[in-house]
Amino acid sequence: MTYISFLSDYGGRFVDGMLVTALQFLCSLALATVLALVFGLMLLSSNAAVKGAAVVYVEFFRGTSLLVQLFWLFFVLPLFGITLEPFFTGFLAVGLNIGAYGAQLVQGAIKSVPRGQWEAAYALSMSPAKRMRRIIIPQALVIMLPAWGNLVIELLKSTALVALIAVPDLMFEAKQLNSSTYLSTWTFGTALVIYYIFARFLVTPTMRSLEHVMARRMGRS
Amino acid sequence: MEALSSFPLELTGPEVPMVRFMNVRKTYGDFVVLDNLNLDIAPGEMVTVIGPSGSGKTTVLRMLMTLETINGGVIYVDGKPLTHMPKNGVLVPADAKYLRKARSSIGMCFQHFNLFPHMTALENCMEGPVQVLGLSRREAKERAEELLSMVGMIEKKDQHPARLSGGQQQRVAIARALAMRPKVMLFDEVTSALDPEVIGEVTNVIQDLVTKHNLTMLMVTHQMGFARDISDRICFFYGGKIEEQDTPEELFANPKSKRTQQFLSAVKAAD
Ligand SMILES: Nc1ncnc2c1ncn2[C@@H]1O[C@H](COP(=O)(O)OP(=O)(O)OP(=O)(O)O)[C@@H](O)[C@H]1O
Ligand SMILES: [Mg+2]
Repeated sequence: MTYISFLSDYGGRFVDGMLVTALQFLCSLALATVLALVFGLMLLSSNAAVKGAAVVYVEFFRGTSLLVQLFWLFFVLPLFGITLEPFFTGFLAVGLNIGAYGAQLVQGAIKSVPRGQWEAAYALSMSPAKRMRRIIIPQALVIMLPAWGNLVIELLKSTALVALIAVPDLMFEAKQLNSSTYLSTWTFGTALVIYYIFARFLVTPTMRSLEHVMARRMGRS
Repeated sequence: MEALSSFPLELTGPEVPMVRFMNVRKTYGDFVVLDNLNLDIAPGEMVTVIGPSGSGKTTVLRMLMTLETINGGVIYVDGKPLTHMPKNGVLVPADAKYLRKARSSIGMCFQHFNLFPHMTALENCMEGPVQVLGLSRREAKERAEELLSMVGMIEKKDQHPARLSGGQQQRVAIARALAMRPKVMLFDEVTSALDPEVIGEVTNVIQDLVTKHNLTMLMVTHQMGFARDISDRICFFYGGKIEEQDTPEELFANPKSKRTQQFLSAVKAAD
């Protein structure tokens, strides 16, 4: 069997897997982004209860393994009567996990907006909410974008774990093909290349162009 | 420290000052920066604060902008308390909402400009009027353009701060503060971060404000010549106290305090 015929026989399976991976990626990215922003702001709150809740979230999801979190959501929650779809469980776990890292990025970026910016907005009598939304967050986004790009790649790689709870993603399809064909080199090799192309030719250029857009908004290009 | 009940809820009488510091005290932990500061600024008056490094000049301005809370006394602006608010017939420390309203009559320009880098010069000047004063974008744009013309920056109105020189940024920052129509303007060493050759473009703008507008201004500067030219009064700060204050003519020609004399001759020697 040549690699060409392997691809023509099983290419469709890879494509199916890729689509599921892409969906997992998009859903967990959306979730992680929202969580990162919300909990990142909560980490900066002067209210001890609000801040405490965010610290617990971040500590828990950063301090334990994503795989264990995934299994916990999938195998333990049903014991309490909560059963979630594999697809939903998959991006929920990845989103929660990466969101915790993202929250710390958001917190750090907001804190590194120069004090003069906070004071200038204050001197214009801006309310704290407006100051955050109009002055601080736009600048924090620019600061955190490079680190955010790395996190997005990390997120993409993390989605491969959802195969372990039978979400039919790229990794899952590769594993299935491997156990029916025993062509490990080709199945996993193809999966590796697809993940790489995904990261290198889709995610990275998107982040780059975002950075570019941001630089232009700051009048720096 | 005196009880707050001994401070008036409002200043009344024929000559209400635009700004009054009344027995103001500022400390950082055990360190007393300013103690029992009393300073009145009349409407339309230009007062310049000079003094050695660490004497509390910046702190005076930051307290008036309410960027620093005070540890004693009361500051009044236009007869009304700024740092405190009346409640059941006595003054209590102002809450965030009161402060936001009260400080809107004060504008401040900073040593490092602090323009918003993600906005053009025009947007910087429209931000406060639109977001805080609730002007329509059209009105805010008109106002911003008028002020940018006044400071000679209308040609650069669509540039971001990163594309402007320090002197240009500082002029935009002045326009941004003026767009809020403050009653009092504060300038903290606004030329200190500038190259010598562009200092003039900023001082000219301030000079213009003094001659053509009836703004009350409080300025900190190390440029004695400029201070002498435009101030109605100079306050020499030393160790958190007003050591001496007078008209520029008097203070520069006949400083009475030994410390003022030393400071002025040291500055002259450095020039
Ligand atoms: N956040 C702070 N915490 C502790 N001490 C402070 C703080 N800000 C200022 N100080 C101290 O208060 C004193 C007055 O400072 P201020 O900045 O008002 O001086 P200044 O007269 O403006 O000096 P300069 O000419 O160097 O700008 C200084 O001794 C300074 O060290
Ligand atoms: Mg200072």
